[in-house]
Amino acid sequence: MAIDADTVRRVAKLAHIRQPQDRLEPLAAELSEILAWIEQLNEVDVTEVEPMTSAVAFPLPMREDIVTDGGDAGVVLANAPLARDGFFVVPKVVE
Amino acid sequence: MNDLTSLTLKEALDGLAGRRFSSVEITRAHLAAIAAARELNAFVLETPDKALAMAEACDARIAAGDAGPLEGAPLGIKDLFCTNGVRSTAGSRILGDFIPPYESTVTANLWRDGAVMLGKLNMDEFAMGSSNETSAFGPVVNPWKSRGSNRSLSPGGSSGGSAAAVAADMVLGATATDTGGSIRQPASLTGTVGVKPTYGRCSRWGVVAFASSLDQAGPLAKTVEDAAILLASMSGHDPKDSTSLPVEVPDFRHSVGRSVKGLRVGVPKEYRVDPMPPAIEALWTRGVEWLKDAGCEVVEVSLPHTRYALPAYYIIAPAEASSNLARYDGMRYGLRVDGATLDEVYDRTREEGFGPEVKRRILIGTYVLSAGYYDAYYLRALKVRRRIADDFTRAFETVDALITPTAPSAAFGLGDSAADPVAMYLNDIFTVTVNLAGLPAISVPGALDDAGLPLGLQVIGRTLDESTMFSLAGVLEKAAAFRAKPQKWWIR
Repeated sequence: MAIDADTVRRVAKLAHIRQPQDRLEPLAAELSEILAWIEQLNEVDVTEVEPMTSAVAFPLPMREDIVTDGGDAGVVLANAPLARDGFFVVPKVVE
Repeated sequence: MNDLTSLTLKEALDGLAGRRFSSVEITRAHLAAIAAARELNAFVLETPDKALAMAEACDARIAAGDAGPLEGAPLGIKDLFCTNGVRSTAGSRILGDFIPPYESTVTANLWRDGAVMLGKLNMDEFAMGSSNETSAFGPVVNPWKSRGSNRSLSPGGSSGGSAAAVAADMVLGATATDTGGSIRQPASLTGTVGVKPTYGRCSRWGVVAFASSLDQAGPLAKTVEDAAILLASMSGHDPKDSTSLPVEVPDFRHSVGRSVKGLRVGVPKEYRVDPMPPAIEALWTRGVEWLKDAGCEVVEVSLPHTRYALPAYYIIAPAEASSNLARYDGMRYGLRVDGATLDEVYDRTREEGFGPEVKRRILIGTYVLSAGYYDAYYLRALKVRRRIADDFTRAFETVDALITPTAPSAAFGLGDSAADPVAMYLNDIFTVTVNLAGLPAISVPGALDDAGLPLGLQVIGRTLDESTMFSLAGVLEKAAAFRAKPQKWWIR
């Protein structure tokens, strides 16, 4: 399925990656080429095949729902681009 | 004194244990080798002060008779592993000067066993690439050159820094990661040994995530035995990674050198691609002969869905990546580019922070997961993944392991295939099936091609049967007697 510039704009918005106007057409061409190559998967008969969601058949372990770590805001904030009074600083989202 | 950097890890550990040299001495020798090879761009961060401090502590433990299995051995760490207090970038601008306040489990296991960290190794951005050219720090240069040519070659990727550092004797061994071939393909292109263990052998905790259902850590090393020693230390159950397997770790070292007489090894007929470079075909044939000489029975097997592995991978891996990389939002760590609104900060930060290949994969992943396409692409790819895994299950009913080439070519020139994403993706044609099926595999250097460049053979084992894989790899290594080393042209 070919992807057009509008689809690239929509997907880029979903992915939160700004794409300059002049990149939309070239990206549409690149992604279309990749997807055309992927289309060969349609040749495979997958009726009654269970999707494979984990690499090794092993049950996921359960554990007690208890706090095992945390309580160190200073460490958590150490790499923040902006932090104040023990909080991350983010752009204003509510007027 | 012999050059301590020319030793294998095993030889170095024996020398350290026998007090023939100290950890500080062998660490200094490697730091000097790193400083002399900066042209290769294998390291993104050298940590000489930390290395020497760790080496001194190792020497004290050796003197006290308290040495661990890797005591005093200097290693390089792929920059995908978070290292406490040491900048970790995943080869991306978006992590900026991120300094993790924690240590990845795999590296913590290495330090527990006495290893010394020389620094952090270059890689494709977020491990997305097969040539090391997507790194924000620029490409790594392969220590190998074609005979009679001065052209810079790619060491492969994504663990190109790890492979180049091992091949150039800058480290005794290195950590690496493999999502579609990122340990084995660079091993093949640099004449080194690379292991991707069974999914779940090594903890993923503290390893920057690319595609979580495919990512596995493993070693790059000079010999099969060295790789076995490193993997034994790196492996082990970790409650902090729910997919880490709660199983015993065998001492893989004992598998190397063990007889393989009576083992049945399969040659998958679908791995004969068109066109197959004659040198790779010839090496594969020789590999089969080497195994027969060692008493193996070699039979042809069929893995009918092989050709669908790469297309399935290029849905599954980008889908998981688009989700994993959503965390880079400019709020909690790494790069932040200001904007008028919250959305604008997100959009600009991610535009500037990610390189073109990472953006491409995030866009593909977002597209295949978006409403209306999920079933047609993502769900179908997961079903094809099952069929690929079932192919292996059926093959392993009649054989104990498989032998294949590792990569479809020897090292290629930097810049050769960067313009064509699909051509670059085809580098992983022989390696990616194993990631989809969660199996262990190793690449062993087998021969030089006509241009004097190394080529690798791959052995694929059953789930959790690294032991048989190591035994077969040991036989191939011994029969191949691969002793070639790159000319150290960077030392003038």
